[in-house]
Amino acid sequence: MPTQLSIKDNSREIRVHKNRAAFAMAGIFLLALVLLSRMIYLQIIQHEHHITQSEKNRVHLEAIAPTRGLVYDRNGILLADNQPSYSVRIIKERTKNLDHTLQQLAQLIPITDDDLKHFQKKIKQRRRPYEAVPLRFHLTEEEIARIAVNNHALPGVEIAADLKRFYPQKNLSAHVVGYVGRINESELKKLDPTQYSATHYIGKLGVEKYYESLLHGDVGYQEIETNAHGRIMRVLNQQDPVPGKNLHLYLDAKLQKLATDLLADYRGAIVAIDPNTGGVLAFVSTPAYDPNLFVIGISTKNYSALRDSPDRPLFNRALNGQYPPGSTIKPFVGLAGLEHNITNWQYTISDPGWYQLENDERFYRDWKRQGHGHVNLSKAIIESCDTYFYELSFNLGIDRLHDFMQQFGFGKRTHIDLPGEPQALMPSSEWKKRTKGVPWFPGETLNAGIGQGFMLATPLQLATATAILANKGKVITPKLADLGFEQNQADPDSRHINLKTPSNWDAMISSMTKVMHSFNGTARSSGAGAKYKIAGKTGTAQVLGIRQGERYEAEKIAERHRDHALFVGFAPANNPQIALAVIVENGGGGGSTAAPMAREIFDAYLLSAATEEKSTAPEMPPLANNSGQTDTITASANDLSQITSRM
Amino acid sequence: MRQSDFIRRLPFDGSPASRRISLFNAIHFDLPLAIGIFLLCLLGLFVVYSASNGNIATVYRQATYMGIGGVVMMLAAQISPRTLERWSPWLFGLGILLLLAVLVMGSGAKGAQRWLDLPGLPRFQPSEVMKLAVPMMVAWFLAKRILPPSTRPVLTAFTILAFPVFLIAKQPDLGTAILIGASGLFVIFLAGMSYRLIIFVASCGALAAPALWYTMHEYQRQRVLTFLSPERDPLGSGWNIIQSKTAIGSGGFFGKGWLAGTQSRLDFLPESSTDFIIAVYAEEFGMLGVTGLLVLYLYIVGRGLYISSQAQDSFSRLIAGSITLTFFIYVFVNIGMVSGLLPVVGVPLPLVSVGGTSIVTLMTGFGILMSIHTHRKWLSQ
Repeated sequence: MPTQLSIKDNSREIRVHKNRAAFAMAGIFLLALVLLSRMIYLQIIQHEHHITQSEKNRVHLEAIAPTRGLVYDRNGILLADNQPSYSVRIIKERTKNLDHTLQQLAQLIPITDDDLKHFQKKIKQRRRPYEAVPLRFHLTEEEIARIAVNNHALPGVEIAADLKRFYPQKNLSAHVVGYVGRINESELKKLDPTQYSATHYIGKLGVEKYYESLLHGDVGYQEIETNAHGRIMRVLNQQDPVPGKNLHLYLDAKLQKLATDLLADYRGAIVAIDPNTGGVLAFVSTPAYDPNLFVIGISTKNYSALRDSPDRPLFNRALNGQYPPGSTIKPFVGLAGLEHNITNWQYTISDPGWYQLENDERFYRDWKRQGHGHVNLSKAIIESCDTYFYELSFNLGIDRLHDFMQQFGFGKRTHIDLPGEPQALMPSSEWKKRTKGVPWFPGETLNAGIGQGFMLATPLQLATATAILANKGKVITPKLADLGFEQNQADPDSRHINLKTPSNWDAMISSMTKVMHSFNGTARSSGAGAKYKIAGKTGTAQVLGIRQGERYEAEKIAERHRDHALFVGFAPANNPQIALAVIVENGGGGGSTAAPMAREIFDAYLLSAATEEKSTAPEMPPLANNSGQTDTITASANDLSQITSRM
Repeated sequence: MRQSDFIRRLPFDGSPASRRISLFNAIHFDLPLAIGIFLLCLLGLFVVYSASNGNIATVYRQATYMGIGGVVMMLAAQISPRTLERWSPWLFGLGILLLLAVLVMGSGAKGAQRWLDLPGLPRFQPSEVMKLAVPMMVAWFLAKRILPPSTRPVLTAFTILAFPVFLIAKQPDLGTAILIGASGLFVIFLAGMSYRLIIFVASCGALAAPALWYTMHEYQRQRVLTFLSPERDPLGSGWNIIQSKTAIGSGGFFGKGWLAGTQSRLDFLPESSTDFIIAVYAEEFGMLGVTGLLVLYLYIVGRGLYISSQAQDSFSRLIAGSITLTFFIYVFVNIGMVSGLLPVVGVPLPLVSVGGTSIVTLMTGFGILMSIHTHRKWLSQ
């Protein structure tokens, strides 16, 4: 074979080249077709998807928090207000290094671990890039200044104006209005994420919690066009938030203040109700605390101080305190005896100072060791004779007593507009068998008959029952908020306790009036000199079981083991305007400690109300130092809410 | 004097068309190619105006680059293919030296060394030089051989090609390395490398691909992973491709209209005036516009291949074909990567993307095409 000649064959080269060029052109057409099919796929087939995606990119819904409703007392005094406040927010994308920025900020202003935890969670939940996430709320002027001065070194950090809840009455309103606090994780799960998308705070306790949905209002939104850096280019559409409804309470701030002052040196509770409406006029539990601490985010130190205080200021005694009601239930027990024909107004016993059951060694003692002598029902109420009620309740039996007492709300929730109300306890034989597994002993009926033993009632229950008694059987549901016409329509409390002998109401009220206004009444000193008649009943509940044959001597017993002083009553006796229950823990005697407090409240409410009615335009003296400026604060707060609101 | 008298006296044969052609020929200017380039540049300026959010300064700068490119093109067209062929090994050698210099003393950003700062010269990327020097060198080598080449010269050509490609991939600049590699391969292909050998080499390459994974830099792996599934990291490396697909797709058939593309105007689209500019164009001009653009590119490519096939010597044929095919590969890779068909490699859209170097390099290539076409006539007469 001849070796291939090393001569270039130009024509062959051209042929090969043309061939290859044609091949390449075919390949190019093919690739161009691939690109074109890709365009058809993206621009025609997937067009809908991408156009939606592009709209989602550019258009964002930004939630606008509604302004939380204010809370007023019956006279228009502010109990919960919104005040301007400043928070520091971070736009992650603008920071150079988020962790570094956080460290820098922590050197300028105090930031708690809790703040950081909330912040990190919010960062993860962001719905668009460049969204500002709040790190800390309620900056002081000094903190704002410190951040402002260092602003150049803190890219992505901004200060925003919010609204913050403020309770001008401080601890006066703590156990009624409660407080708002930052939304926690478990609350977040239950909340409507849309409604709360711009809200950082939620009612945690009291009226703030119970009326959360009303106070919160409806979220608004802005449809905004943003660029990729989150800069708002324009607002396409806006739906204004609906501010929360303002709440007007039945509560009388003046009465609340008075009751708080009266209980200042004690642990105790006072609940006053208008028997005509069920409106709660005063709802006091002492000691209380400043709810504003919780809004800002209470420090661990402050919180443990409150939590660990032996006086338990966080405990709402008026709502949750369960006390043996003692002799304050005697009017109700008396009515039960009358209703079941166990006794009548004429029936008289001779009281030796004790009572004994057959086949029982035990002496059931009267508080008066030497006894009350001859006692009928009226005298048993006036002098609070235990022996009379031992016999009455023994003859009545626990179950009939239980059923009758339940009508007044003992052992049942009152359904007041506050969260977390207990049932307390009105014992029955069925209850004891169910919970303790042992039968009811007759001796336990005797204890129940004088409001001791198993029986427990809350101050609110006692006040409610007293109001029902004042109404001569017309049942009311206690309520804090006056929702006006709507509520009255929705909640016509038509229940009524009908006695076989309706005159027993008047007779019982008359006996209770004598407690206050007769020479032998247990609260005669508190009734003395009143311009109106009061119907009342004192009570003294044992804290410590007293062994057989022992005497109760207040001086020798530690303060915490002294008797609870109780009082229930209403006034004026012939036309009740206010019914109340007073409980003073370890206060000693009901007549000596609790009844005088009740008298002062009656005076304040009934006498000042009379003077108010005379003057057509009542001038409300400022209650707390700062309530005078409340109006201006509200005005500015509302202006601010137009811009941003975060409450 | 009447105009007709003037015409009669002219020494030419009198036809205005032939006069024009010979005039363009004299200045080594190819009108059909130039028309395509001009239209493309004009369209590019409109897109740049929109992509830069109406920044007229960017448009002026781009136009200036195009003007410079035009001048460079005309200068390159004056150089005869023969001279070019003579220069090829020297240019190639210089390019290799510059690439080595980059490895030693190059500067760059984001972990890549691509730029060279030489005293007295503007800062530049030596790989740009290689975009022309490599196909020229391969063409120079093969043009001396009997074509179609046998296996041995093909292998030698591969070796010549591999060295600069390796150096550029090392910078690392995988996109440019692949494109320069492709330009050399086109030369070998056009020279007539046997299909059997092509299939063999291609299957070897396919088998070696997994090994390539291990030699890749971390960011290159990221790009491949992102290409395979952009939703993997929607706010990070997948962001670009998701946003560009959204931009293209939301354009639909007719597009949103010039200056009305929200994706780019609201800054959702990154690199909107450089590598991702086709997304802006596709969003605003829709499928209709993209088809028109592709037709324009195909017209230029067609003219390039025509010039290649009309060339009269091996070197000219090979280099003209390679320049043309590489030009199209730029188009394909760019549109392919922006529309999510290919992984993201830094390849601009020819004559549309903002960037002076790319324009000047491309125009130089077109200048070579014009030179090949216009010198041919002169040589044959």
